[in-house]
Amino acid sequence: MQAVWTYDDLTGPMAEPLPLLIPHPTLTHGRTQYALAKDEVNYVGEAVAFVVATDRYIAEDALDRIRVSYEPLPAVVGIDAARKAERLVHDDVPGNIAARSEQNTGDVEAALARSPHRLSLDWDIERSACMPMEGRGVVARWDPASSRLTVWTSTQTSTGVRGCVSAKLGIDLANVDVITPDVGGGFGVKINHPWPEELLVPLAAKTLGAPVKFTEDRREHFISSAHERAQQHHVEVGYDDDGRIIALDVRFWHDNGAYVPYGLIVPIVASTQLLGPYKPEVYRVVYDSLYTNTVIVTPYRGAGRPQGCFVMERTIDAIAKELGLDRVEVRQANFIQPDEFPYDQGIIFQDGRALEYDSGDYPALLEKLKVLIDWDGFPAYKAEMAAQGRKVGIGLACYVEGTGAGPYEGAHVHIETSGKVKVATGLTTQGQGHQTSFAQIVADTLGVRFEDVEITTGDTRKMPYAVGTFASRAAVMSGSAIHLAALRAKEKALRIAAEALEVDESDLEIADGVVSVKGTDASIDLGTVAVLSNPLRYAFDEASKRATQFSVGDPGKPPVAEDDEPGLEGKDFYSPSRSTFASGMHAAIVETDPDTAEITILQYAVVHDCGNVINPMIVEGQIHGGVAQGIGGALYERMAYDDSGQLLNASFMDFLMPFVTEIPAHIAIDHQETPSPLNPLGIKGAGEAGVIPASAVFAAAIEDAEGIPITAMPISPSELFELRLQHS
Amino acid sequence: MSEELHDVQLRVNAGVQQIRVPARRLLSDALRHDCGLTGTHVGCEHGVCGACTVLVDGVPMRSCLMFAVSAEGAEITTVEGLTEADDSLSPVQQAFRECHGLQCGFCTPGFLTTISAGIETNPDPTEDDARDMIAGNLCRCTGYTNIVKSVLRAAEIQRERADGAESDDAAGRSRHDRQDVR
Repeated sequence: MQAVWTYDDLTGPMAEPLPLLIPHPTLTHGRTQYALAKDEVNYVGEAVAFVVATDRYIAEDALDRIRVSYEPLPAVVGIDAARKAERLVHDDVPGNIAARSEQNTGDVEAALARSPHRLSLDWDIERSACMPMEGRGVVARWDPASSRLTVWTSTQTSTGVRGCVSAKLGIDLANVDVITPDVGGGFGVKINHPWPEELLVPLAAKTLGAPVKFTEDRREHFISSAHERAQQHHVEVGYDDDGRIIALDVRFWHDNGAYVPYGLIVPIVASTQLLGPYKPEVYRVVYDSLYTNTVIVTPYRGAGRPQGCFVMERTIDAIAKELGLDRVEVRQANFIQPDEFPYDQGIIFQDGRALEYDSGDYPALLEKLKVLIDWDGFPAYKAEMAAQGRKVGIGLACYVEGTGAGPYEGAHVHIETSGKVKVATGLTTQGQGHQTSFAQIVADTLGVRFEDVEITTGDTRKMPYAVGTFASRAAVMSGSAIHLAALRAKEKALRIAAEALEVDESDLEIADGVVSVKGTDASIDLGTVAVLSNPLRYAFDEASKRATQFSVGDPGKPPVAEDDEPGLEGKDFYSPSRSTFASGMHAAIVETDPDTAEITILQYAVVHDCGNVINPMIVEGQIHGGVAQGIGGALYERMAYDDSGQLLNASFMDFLMPFVTEIPAHIAIDHQETPSPLNPLGIKGAGEAGVIPASAVFAAAIEDAEGIPITAMPISPSELFELRLQHS
Repeated sequence: MSEELHDVQLRVNAGVQQIRVPARRLLSDALRHDCGLTGTHVGCEHGVCGACTVLVDGVPMRSCLMFAVSAEGAEITTVEGLTEADDSLSPVQQAFRECHGLQCGFCTPGFLTTISAGIETNPDPTEDDARDMIAGNLCRCTGYTNIVKSVLRAAEIQRERADGAESDDAAGRSRHDRQDVR
C-alpha cells in the first residue's frame, strides 16, 4: 500500500468543494461535493477514502478493511419525496430546491382564459444513464525534474480538466498537460469534471513520485458517475378547434441528485427545447431543480430534450385525441413555417443566447416521415391485424435540437515538407468519427489527399484552447474552425506558390497536394511550398537544402517578411453568435402481446435534418446508436432505488441495456439538408438526435395499440399489464 | 500479507507468455497487465457485456470470468491475434472498417473475437444468424445495425479470400482496399 487518504489529508484548494462549473442566476442554492466526503455523504457512491496500492487487487483488499462509522440520516429519494421536503438533503437548502426558474413569452393565464379548449396533463420520465462501455479512467505522471504533470483522462474536455487540475493542485497551467486519446464512449457523463480522481490521482502522482492510475469498475460507474432524465411535468394547454396551441403552461420538477456540479443545463435545455418545431402563441415554463440523496445528474445524450419532447409530443397527441383529428394534422397546424426563419422563440437558451432557430423545413420533413412509415396506410394495416387478433399501434414525434453551442473551438493546420497535413483541434473524441470527418473537411478545403491528413484531438499540448465535446457541437464547432484554419494555410500556400511560379494567385489551383497553374503543366508540390515557407540556415535533408539562405529569397529583403511568419500553417477559431438548430422526426409501429403485454417494435423510421452532411455513413451511425439508446430508455432502462437510497440494479445483469435482440432489424432513414446560415459549412450537429424522440414515439405507439393513456416512461410489459388491469 | 504466486504458461496468439500471478488473477487482468495485451477490454467484469471475450481453444469465452491459472495449457486468441500473418486485417476486422462497425471501439475486441469464431462455424450466415451470433455482446454506440452488416461482410470477405487462395491469386490482390469515405 502506498497511500490511504480521507478528507483530513487534503489541504488548500483540494479541501474546498469541487467547482460549480456553470453558475446561473437562478441557481440560488448550488452545492457540490468534496473530492473526499467531509462530515456527510449525500448519496451511496460518494467518495470517502482514496487508496493507492501497487496493484488493483491489493487496493481492493485494503478497501474491504476500511470501516466507516455512519450515523444514518433519513434519505430523500425520488421527486415526490424531494417535493414534499419533509426531509432535507442539505440542511441549508429549504424545500430541497437548488433553483426555481421561470421563462415566459407573455400572459399565459390570459391566453389560457381565451382558449376555446383546455387540457390538464401530467407526464413523467424516469432515470437512466449514459453508461458508456468504458468507465472513467485517469493516469497521472509527475516529472520532478521539470516540475511537469501529465494527465491522461477519459474525458469529454481535456482543457476543462487541465484548468481544474492546475487550480486545485496549484500547478501553473503551463506545467500541466492533459491528453485524451480515443475515449470508449461518453454520451455526456464525461463532460462533467473534475471527478474526484481527476484531482486525487494527479495529487498522488506528485506526492508519491510515481505514476498513478485509476480505472473505474462497472459498479462504481453506476453509483458514482452521473445519471439523468428523471422529471415530473404538469401541463395546462389551451387550443383552438384546429388544435393550434394558444397557451402552453408547463410546470416541472427536475431531480438533480445530491449535487449540481454541472449547474442547470439539463432543466434549462428541457424547458426550452420542449417547444420543438412549434410556435404556441404564449408559453410559460416554471421548474424546480430538486436535490435528492441519489447520484448526481449531468447531461446524458439529449440532455433534457427527450423529456421536453415527450411532454410536447404527448400533449399534441392528447389535443388530437380530444378534437378527433389526425395527429399529423395537429402538428402541421402548429409548425413554424419555412418562411418564418430565423424564428425567435422569445426565451433564452442554455448558452445564454436567444432561442432563435436559424433554419429548417418542418412541414417537408413530416411529409417525408409519413411516406417512410406509410402513415396513411396504417389504419388499414391496423384493421387487418385486428382481424387476426393482433394489436398494433403507430406513434410519431418531432424535435428541434440546438446544436453547436459556443463559446468557441479552434484548429491548427500544419503542412509539413513531406506534404502531409497535421491538424490539431482541442475537443475530444469518443467514437464520433472525428478523425474521418475532419480529415474530409481538410482534404476538401485545402485540396490534399484524405490519406495525407492526420487529426489530433483532445491534447492540450497541441491545442490548449478548446471547450469540449457535448451538445452535438464537434462537427459544427471544430469542423468550422478546421475549415477556417485550412483556408488560412491555403491562402499562404497560394501566395508562396504564386511567387515561386511567378504567376498571379488567381491562376492557381490545388488538387491532390499539388499547386498548379490552371491550364498549364507548371506546378509545385505543397510539400515544396512548405519548404519555401521556412527560410533555413541549416540543411539537414534534401528538402531543407532547397530552403537555405544561399538558395532562396531576395537578398534585398528580410527572409521572413514583417507581416509574415515561417512555416506553412494556418490557425483559426470559430465562435458563433448562437447555436444552430437541427431537427428530426421519428415514427414507430409496435405490436403488443394480448396476453403477456410484451412490446415488439415492428418498424422504426427516422427523418433527419442536420444541414449539410459531411459523411452520411457517420451520421447514420450516430442515428442508429441514438435510436438504440432511445429504445433502451423507453422500454428497458431505469435506476431502481430503494427508499434508503441504495441503487438496487447497479450491474448489467439488472440494468437492462439493449442487446441486438432488442433493436429492430431495419431502421428506415431519410435525410433532408437545410443548411445553417451560421457557419461556413452550413452544418448542424447530429450526435444526440437519434435518442431524443424515442420515449414520445413509443408512448404514442403503445397508446395507439392499447387505447390506454401512456403518461409515464419507460414502460415495461408488467407495467403495461398493470395498466390494462386498471383500465379494464 | 504476501500472496502465494503461481507460475503460469499462457499460450497467447501463437506465442508463449510466462507469468507469475496469484490464483485470483482474472485472465482479463493477466492478459492486460501481465502480458501487456491491452486490446482485451474490460466492460463489466460480471460476464454480461462481452467486451473481454477472447477465444480459448477457438471458443469465445469471457476472460473476466476465468482465472489466469485455469487457462494454462489452453490456446488463447485475443484481438491482437486476429490479424493475418502479414499484419493485414482479418476478414472481420476489414469488414468492421468497411461497414463502420465500430464507433468508440471499446466493445469491438469482444465482437471481433466472437464473430471470428462465429463465421468459422457458420461461413455463410443469414441476417438472422448474424444477429444471433452477436446477441451476447453489448455495444452502446452503434445500435448494432452496422455490426450485423459487418458480420455478413466478414463472411463474404472470408469466402472471397478462400476463393482467391484456391485460385492462387491472393498475392496480387490489394490487402488494403480502402473504401472512399468521401
